[in-house]
Amino acid sequence: MIRGDDLSGAWLASLESETIEVLREGVAAASRPVMLYSIGKDSSVLLHLARKAFWPAAPPFPLLHIDTTWKFREMIAFRDRTAAEAGVELRVHANEDGLREGVNPFDHGSERYTDVMKTVALRQALDEGGYDIIFVGTRRDEEKSRAKERVFSLRDAAHRWDPRAQRPELWNLYNTRLAPGESLRVSPLSNWTEADVWRYIRAEEIRIVPLYYAAERPVVERAGRWIMVDDDRMPLLPGEAPRQRRIRFRTLGCYPLTAAVESDADTLDAILAETLAADRSEREGRLIDHDRDGSMELKKKQGYF
Amino acid sequence: MGPVVPPTLRFVLCGSVDDGKSTVIGRLLHDCRQVSSDELTRIERDSARYGTQGMAADLALLVDGLRDEREQGITIDVAYRSFETPRRRFIVADAPGHEQYTRNMATGGSTADLAVVLVDARKGVLPQTARHTRIAAMFGVCHVVLAVNKMDLVEWDRDIFESIRVSYGGIAGEVGLSAIEAIPVSALTGANLTRNSASAPWYDGPTLLAHLETVVVEESPGGQPFRMPVQYVNRPHADFRGYCGRVAAGAVAVGDAVRISPAGTESRVASILVGNRTRHRAGRGDAVTLTLAPDVDVTRGDVVVDADEAIEVADQFQARLVWMHDEPLAVGRPYVMKLHSREVGAAVTRIRHRLDVSNGNELAASVLHLNDLGTVNLVTNRPVPFAPFDESRALGGFILIDRATNATAAAGTIAFPLMRAANVKWQHMDVSKDVRSRLKLQRAQCVWLTGMSASGKSTIANLLDRRLTVEGRHTYLLDGDNVRHGLCRDLGFTEADRVENIRRVAEVARLMVDAGLIVIVSFISPFRSERDYARSLFEPGEFKEVFVDASLEVCAERDPKGLYAKALRGEIRNFTGVDSPYERPEHPDLHLNTEELSPAECIDLLSHTLD
Repeated sequence: MIRGDDLSGAWLASLESETIEVLREGVAAASRPVMLYSIGKDSSVLLHLARKAFWPAAPPFPLLHIDTTWKFREMIAFRDRTAAEAGVELRVHANEDGLREGVNPFDHGSERYTDVMKTVALRQALDEGGYDIIFVGTRRDEEKSRAKERVFSLRDAAHRWDPRAQRPELWNLYNTRLAPGESLRVSPLSNWTEADVWRYIRAEEIRIVPLYYAAERPVVERAGRWIMVDDDRMPLLPGEAPRQRRIRFRTLGCYPLTAAVESDADTLDAILAETLAADRSEREGRLIDHDRDGSMELKKKQGYF
Repeated sequence: MGPVVPPTLRFVLCGSVDDGKSTVIGRLLHDCRQVSSDELTRIERDSARYGTQGMAADLALLVDGLRDEREQGITIDVAYRSFETPRRRFIVADAPGHEQYTRNMATGGSTADLAVVLVDARKGVLPQTARHTRIAAMFGVCHVVLAVNKMDLVEWDRDIFESIRVSYGGIAGEVGLSAIEAIPVSALTGANLTRNSASAPWYDGPTLLAHLETVVVEESPGGQPFRMPVQYVNRPHADFRGYCGRVAAGAVAVGDAVRISPAGTESRVASILVGNRTRHRAGRGDAVTLTLAPDVDVTRGDVVVDADEAIEVADQFQARLVWMHDEPLAVGRPYVMKLHSREVGAAVTRIRHRLDVSNGNELAASVLHLNDLGTVNLVTNRPVPFAPFDESRALGGFILIDRATNATAAAGTIAFPLMRAANVKWQHMDVSKDVRSRLKLQRAQCVWLTGMSASGKSTIANLLDRRLTVEGRHTYLLDGDNVRHGLCRDLGFTEADRVENIRRVAEVARLMVDAGLIVIVSFISPFRSERDYARSLFEPGEFKEVFVDASLEVCAERDPKGLYAKALRGEIRNFTGVDSPYERPEHPDLHLNTEELSPAECIDLLSHTLD
């Protein structure tokens, strides 16, 4: 039996209620709500919960996808299908300046690429939409600096996060009042863990991008990590040739910047068992988190999600 | 319903600086295999740079996340961490020990079922320990574990442990906490934290983790009547109107008779949705959507309750506050109060006392500063459905929001209502305000003249009053100086008294508008929030804020009553414009610059805005 199985029903139900409450509170306070949709498993879970929260209506906000143009191809196909099925509007934004300059993860380095194609792109899209309540699928257990994030996290007019200006959150009473230009990043999944997400996906039969399941895929090994060769834009190093390996992803980002793990887990039960036994952290495969010490905190202060 | 073991236990870990809180959490996470090997490698690398444990991995670095606090060596913000064992899932709030961050302790405690209070065996019970215990008790945390840490540094001396246990028991008893488990531990070595220690053969109780896994936390008493604050009204199309919220108490089933509070209308539950699934019944904690038949008027902030078990409704309370804002509490200043899903205007009318957290003494106080705990009288601008906090966290806990900065200024708990609004029913009036104004062939309204002393308010007010009277309108003039001789004779000029002064005048003006009159108020009213409060008493369009503007230099030169001269000599204190601020209106309905306009011109402009 999988660890925690006997308890998971009741606690998933309480996590679900808590998340639905936060979604409704956000929408009740918002004049222009939006949900950032990253296509990953957490986004899938959040969208699923949003559909429940506002049933029988469709979620009363659009989905916003920041397209770096370096997502796995399978992800884009999945995104379009999912939004259509949920009956919500999908808004896609890419940083046109970055595209014109041809900013990419190979020639410009992961730090600059992430800044231009993700952080700047996000700021552009948020300014354009004038959103005041921005739902995101982040969890406190993902990364150390996120353990201190509020459920309703205040951002100034420049989308900056100031750790010392965050409002205390007591009980389930969220202070949603905003001055002009300010916004709130709302994390309804704050208290979920990676294992909770997988248990919920299994319990609710939520569809996720197939890249999460193990399969034979073409990869190269770089610095001890498996990088998938998703299309021919990826420059191969001298002597490097893609090999077929049985891999899957624990987290999905931009394909050259997200490393896969070797795995045989091709069912939800197997993935859950692997997650609970995991000895490595979930975001270890996210190369940008490790650019330098405290790098997630720095990115957040600049407006990264 | 008897006591239950919830699948998730939320606890808050508190203690003073350097008591080892972060190390305790780091150790729990590490020993429950919640720390991955890549994270541990990083910690080992960081330990050399920031750590305090020499070459050993400093487990505190697992939780001290932010760069700022690693450099300062203190935890500056509350952090939430999850971990699980085969028996239970835990969410722990790491509450900072530094005094100026006490508000975060309150935050962590507000959602906790249990508090682990850490005490350094070498230092014993400190003022901060008492403070945290009082906050925990105030926020309804009934279960406490006293973890006496760093026992290895006192050679596991049983006498030291026992004396700390006894002195802590005194504090706990005073604040009404009885369920206390004391455990001697060493976070550094993990002894009695996750495994029993051979170093203390005299201790035969559970480890901290074993206790957390098995402790029975009382749910709020069973058999409570149904209550659900309405968060959101879901209306996708004309045929569906659902009321969304989380069940705060009791249970509800299809067909149940319910009442909407505070309106008091009755209806029945036609259907219940939990998520997208239809259910016959829902219980406490469920996030539901109810439909009602017949459909009655329900909005966000209403509470749907069992029709036979009325919820209390009141607009005056005794409450306890933790002040969380740099700017101190001013008696009378209007704040926004958020109680369950409802936001109302609220003001503290009296500070009954401030609590000395180290000894529990009740001290007289005229203000509450950041991190102060106090008991106050609170008034709201409309009646709200509620339950005392001791009966329901969800219906008795609230926050106060500063109107100017939107900061969360305080957290509070309702002790009891001072006057039950339910007993003072609004009399239904057959003759309405509309009827009264129409009889007088006018639109009842309030013209609120604000500006510094000698800016020209009284002159303009008098002229306007005369002009309107000549035109056959029914008016009344309320003058700041005149009401001081009667209605407000008992008030002085401190900030608190001035706020009360404004409140009385605004209420009187509202009654007169209700009587169909055009009321002209001539009042310095220097604070924006107070003018906003006055406006909130009126219906949209009924309140005209008129800014009578002249510079300080000009006012001081006019000085018809010689007041500026006295204030500048220091003979009068709290004089607006001299040693007390005047907050200029940002968006007045009319702005009259009396340095440029003659009184007659001002009256012409005013007449136009009065339709």
